[in-house]
Amino acid sequence: MERTRRNILKLFGISALGVSVKPVFNAFASEAGHLTGYRMEKGKNALKARQWAMVIDTRQFHSPDDLKPLIDACHQAHNVPDFENKNHEIKWIWEEEYHHAFPNKTTQFLNEAVEHRPFMVLCNHCENPPCCRACPTKATFKRKSDGIVMMDFHRCIGCRFCMAACPFGSRSFNFRDPRPGIPRLNRKFPTRTRGVVEKCNFCAERLAVGKMPYCVEASNGALAFGDLYDPDSTVRQLLKENYTIRRKQGLGTEPSVYYIV
Amino acid sequence: MLELAIKGSKKYYGWVTALLLIIGIGFLVYLKQLNVGLGITGMSRDVTWGFYIANFTFLVGVAAGGVMVVLPYYLHDYKAFGRITILGEFLAIAAVIMCVTFILVDLGQPMRVFNVFIYFSPRSVLFWDTIVLNGYLFLNLLVGWNVLEAERNGVHYRAWLKPFIYLSIPWAVSIHTVTAYLYCGLPGRGFWMTAILAPRFLASAFAAGPAFLILLCMIVRKTTDFDPGKEQIQSLAKIVAYAICINVFFFLCEVFVAFYSNIPEHMVHLKYLYAGLNGHTLLVPWMWASLIFMGIGIVLLVNPVTRKNESVLIVACIVIFIGTYIDKGLGMISGGFVPNPLHHINEYWPTLPEAMIALAVWALGLLVLTVLFKIAIGVKEEVQA
Repeated sequence: MERTRRNILKLFGISALGVSVKPVFNAFASEAGHLTGYRMEKGKNALKARQWAMVIDTRQFHSPDDLKPLIDACHQAHNVPDFENKNHEIKWIWEEEYHHAFPNKTTQFLNEAVEHRPFMVLCNHCENPPCCRACPTKATFKRKSDGIVMMDFHRCIGCRFCMAACPFGSRSFNFRDPRPGIPRLNRKFPTRTRGVVEKCNFCAERLAVGKMPYCVEASNGALAFGDLYDPDSTVRQLLKENYTIRRKQGLGTEPSVYYIV
Repeated sequence: MLELAIKGSKKYYGWVTALLLIIGIGFLVYLKQLNVGLGITGMSRDVTWGFYIANFTFLVGVAAGGVMVVLPYYLHDYKAFGRITILGEFLAIAAVIMCVTFILVDLGQPMRVFNVFIYFSPRSVLFWDTIVLNGYLFLNLLVGWNVLEAERNGVHYRAWLKPFIYLSIPWAVSIHTVTAYLYCGLPGRGFWMTAILAPRFLASAFAAGPAFLILLCMIVRKTTDFDPGKEQIQSLAKIVAYAICINVFFFLCEVFVAFYSNIPEHMVHLKYLYAGLNGHTLLVPWMWASLIFMGIGIVLLVNPVTRKNESVLIVACIVIFIGTYIDKGLGMISGGFVPNPLHHINEYWPTLPEAMIALAVWALGLLVLTVLFKIAIGVKEEVQA
């Protein structure tokens, strides 16, 4: 731009306008803040725990039909898409055979009932989660208040380091837009965009309003959910009374999902 | 010095145009990937890193390999390499640019990439990889450019540059070490969980990088008035010979540990790669080809008669480059994902769009390399004249 008197005056004019806009903007912003009285608070009915944990009584599951209602309840409520292509599959909860759920605890001559039993697998919400260590943006993080391994879908850059880090294959990546694959949209839970990772969130949105996770609710008592560090919780009672195993205990991730076999 | 890059022969412009064309086509395919998602690649829920990350890993090695001419010259005062250090540094720049581009095209949400800096997470190895790669790019640009400019002006480079030159040497080691740490610190991935992964990466890097540099020197000698020199090429060949032997030795160490210990989680990936698993044998011919190529390379380079014959040397460098490329580019990454942590087998093979995008990234790197080499050799020719 040529440095004429006219241009310099213009520049001053624009700058003055800019300076005057800021206080006006601030005034509006602060007024809006006063009106709503916005602040963050836990819900009155919110369920609290130091570390949420789940105990799965696998003896109560005999066929895939016993697991299906749990999976459906979760996937429908969380807007999990249903894709034909196995490569692009998204799953929060799914069924595995014992050999695959516990590949390092398997044996050639396995109890027949156990061998054919459907095992429900999901994110273990580990106490030392390797996925959170791997994430370069803290888009996946261990929530301090209750130990849930959470995902921020808006921060995730889609590098999939967490998926390489998870020793349980619990994470799914949106290889394409998930919305067309959602059978019935639940408007109370966010849908995801392509290019981000997702997984089970232990129904954090339900715990916040005092409800148990969908799968627990649909399980007719086969699943117990509670605070691992509360000696009186149902999960602790079950752990005291039953011998339980966890997936890949040897890796030191300390899974919070326990299985009664 | 940039003006040297725009004064070229018809052949030079033809080559640059061809590269631009490949980049353009790849860019269009990338726009499709942006629009549709990474679903257009061969990656899956089980194999979540594929061709992009494999190329990235290989190219970090090529970049680190550049240090093999810098170190003997600056630390051991091996004068002969003074003639070609700039080629090593410029090769490193082009390779790092390819690495960063490969990471970018691999991201599901590339527009959010700056989150890595906004929410910086020192516990993530990927964060450190971003730091060391960009740092290495900066160091090589700084050192390469200033040393070349000094050479053009017929003066010694400035003294303040020396610390940066020394820093660039361990830094080269760091980029490939951190890249190996991306993989070897992950619980439940038996194939990568080995302390020898970083050394193995470095060994294959110091073979592939200098082998590529030898081939580049041959091309430079043929197409320009500047001769990188017989002694220089022979010294590089010896470095490649040692490095490729160490690389294969490290691989055999892995095989011994996995199979003598007989631990299934460590054996299963090697079995998948070299023998196939439950009828899944997609990579088996490739992995054996890689081993055979590296074997031929060793025979040709260790034997002084064949090494000193430059036509044979070209063949040796080509087989070593291809052999290490298959090893890292196809086997190392997808091999670690198959079978998956639940012992399901889901194989991976890149799709055509994926390959086209990868090709375009290579073309971009070659374009950067061409321009940088054009400048460097232009200066060398000026000084000669």
